[in-house]
Amino acid sequence: MQTRLNLDPVLVREARALAARAGQPIVDMARTHTTVSIERAVLRLAGLQGADGDGMPWVNRLVDAVRDTVGLEHGVALPAWEALLASDFADLAALAEAAAHGKVAFRAPAGGDAAAARAAASASLAAGIGRIDSNRTQRQRLIGETAEPPKPWIYLIVATGDIYEDIPQAQAAAREGADIIAVIRSTGQSLLDYVPEGATREGYAGTYATQENFRLMRAALDDVSRELGRYVRLTNYASGLCMPEIAALAGLERLDMMLNDCMYGIIFRDINPRRTFIDQRFSRQIHARAGIIINTGEDNYLTTADAVDAAHTVVVSQLLNEYFAKEAGLTDGQLGLGHAFEINPQVPDSFLLELAHAQLVRELFPDAPLKYMPPTKHMTGNVFAGYLLDAFFNLCGVMTDQSILLIGMMTEGIHTPFLADRDLALENVRYVRDAAGRLGESFVPAPGGFIQRRGHEVLGESVALLRRISAEGLLTAIADGTFGITKRPADGGRGLDGVIARADGYFNPASDILENPGAIG
Amino acid sequence: MTSHLVRPYGDTTGDGRVQVSFTLPVPFGTATARARAEGAALQLAAKMGLDPAMVVHAKGMGPDYTFFIVYGRVSHLVDVAQVTVTEREFPLLSAAEVNLRIRAALGRKLVVVGACIGTDAHTVGIDAILNVKGHAGEKGLEYYREIRVVNLGSQVAVPDLVTRATAERADAVLVSQVVTQRDAHVANARQLAAAFAPAGRNRPLLVVGGPRFDPTMAASLGVDKIFGKGTTPSEVASYLVHALAREGVAA
Repeated sequence: MQTRLNLDPVLVREARALAARAGQPIVDMARTHTTVSIERAVLRLAGLQGADGDGMPWVNRLVDAVRDTVGLEHGVALPAWEALLASDFADLAALAEAAAHGKVAFRAPAGGDAAAARAAASASLAAGIGRIDSNRTQRQRLIGETAEPPKPWIYLIVATGDIYEDIPQAQAAAREGADIIAVIRSTGQSLLDYVPEGATREGYAGTYATQENFRLMRAALDDVSRELGRYVRLTNYASGLCMPEIAALAGLERLDMMLNDCMYGIIFRDINPRRTFIDQRFSRQIHARAGIIINTGEDNYLTTADAVDAAHTVVVSQLLNEYFAKEAGLTDGQLGLGHAFEINPQVPDSFLLELAHAQLVRELFPDAPLKYMPPTKHMTGNVFAGYLLDAFFNLCGVMTDQSILLIGMMTEGIHTPFLADRDLALENVRYVRDAAGRLGESFVPAPGGFIQRRGHEVLGESVALLRRISAEGLLTAIADGTFGITKRPADGGRGLDGVIARADGYFNPASDILENPGAIG
Repeated sequence: MTSHLVRPYGDTTGDGRVQVSFTLPVPFGTATARARAEGAALQLAAKMGLDPAMVVHAKGMGPDYTFFIVYGRVSHLVDVAQVTVTEREFPLLSAAEVNLRIRAALGRKLVVVGACIGTDAHTVGIDAILNVKGHAGEKGLEYYREIRVVNLGSQVAVPDLVTRATAERADAVLVSQVVTQRDAHVANARQLAAAFAPAGRNRPLLVVGGPRFDPTMAASLGVDKIFGKGTTPSEVASYLVHALAREGVAA
């Protein structure tokens, strides 16, 4: 990739160092705490599925029962497997059912029991993580049998609420040219403190993320990938109160990309900051293992804040996302950092500003599969003007070598896309890609010209903001409304009651494997 | 009333020219299929009152669907005099005027409690109206010195909203609804009105907003005011002053 902005490498290094300084205390907090969702994810990775008659998953029942009796500060694994070994329950589901009825006396194990429980739990988790490993191998095999599509990958959304309607729509979208299918979740699933079970046919503005829905959609996309001779990726959303569990399910069902932002839930869903950061680290360790590309949500900042004034908050968030991601074991190739084309088209030189912002992100993260989001805020209902704006977005995307283009719909903000809207949107991106796909090689901003100056300006503002954040602390900065204008205090929002400080001797057999990549496989 | 008759205008007065686009679930593969598809599009155009009509673009989308763009002439006349519109019943005020009116009429800050209710997690609407940052170049209600804003955020249960509005002594409750599947926005607005009904005349002003609401439906939903797509913070602030801080009305 060529350098177009002539950024100061010293300033870029300083930006990364500041992001690390701001992020380190958060990582320390995540290392010393667990959450109900992390403990439930451990049980999911050990194969515990299903729900009681009210639809409450057994993982919730079992974790709640352990929490109510011996607490979770030692983790769920030791008490659960100790109870399993000490009795004649057939499996974790039977144990969970009995525990839900108060029929299991959990205790914090010690001595020989603890060693046996540890061994049994570790064996179960090795099997679950082994399944994630074999899914990763299977993905590579399928890409080999079909083909890796050229970048930019075209990202399309389906969201009917009914998985059985989503499947034909997703297959049709793939046939029309989509490289990535994202199944938007039902509105508000991010605020549920459990993951629904089974295939679902009812959702609000989206389809529930469930293990069975994941499995059904991945199987359908495998079929269409073979038909098209091109591997079609599947995306879902991990952010929310169940980030670790949904990450586990994504790994178990071979999803390919996951929305996983370090601050999205905090800012936009009012989820407690501590809960989010602790959950996020574990979820990203699973994504790292599964070979999943994460997508971060910086585009959202520009829907509440002004895209010019707040351009540097996007860069700051990307640098924080990068720090947290790498600390959790993700590689550059797994960092689908997000940004968006959201500048008011009435602003003079708006396209030049978009080029500068997009190029800045490209140069700061040269090896990351950047995800570029189309205009939404300034799509007015004038579908003709909107189609033009989407074409400029596509042009900016190809000129600045963006990796993943979410395809803009000219009917954005009017209705969920009609079949024809999607077809026209794909015609738009195909035209731009075919007509100008190689324009990047000749796109050389004038030295010291408007685009270079704007790139330097945003980087400078980013470093200034990172200095402030690393001095006052990230949690304080979030409480002050630094991102997306919204103020989110560290002890506010949903889910703080699900955060538990780890005791000495805390045992998490999943973390033991995930943090020691050589442990199995 | 004098009628005022017009037709759509293409490039000549009275030419009646319009453009429509639509998709039919018909294939566009073989020559016969194409002719049949275009004929079907023209049949629909005729039933819509386009005569003559011309298919200017037809494109197959996958094996089973065809997209059409059709131009045609409609003979229908529209009587502009028969159109009824809801005129804005209050003047638009500047932030300074809003603050002045609140001080004069209430002698204290005007309290607004805002939320997205039900399962709706899309706070973009309520945030655009309430956040300092605002929307469409206007600052939000938090910017008004004489308005105290309590933004409860997303997915607030209606009973919790009632409790909080009472505790805050809210003058007005603002609710935003973006999700409209199965008319959830209408059901939620009714639920809101019902929950505040026991307070009778002492209830706060109920204001609902969202892109898919019909602004004329306030009375039938039991709320005081509905704002549609494109509403700006100053319109909301001006309405609140109109309803709650009229000149000479002490509250």
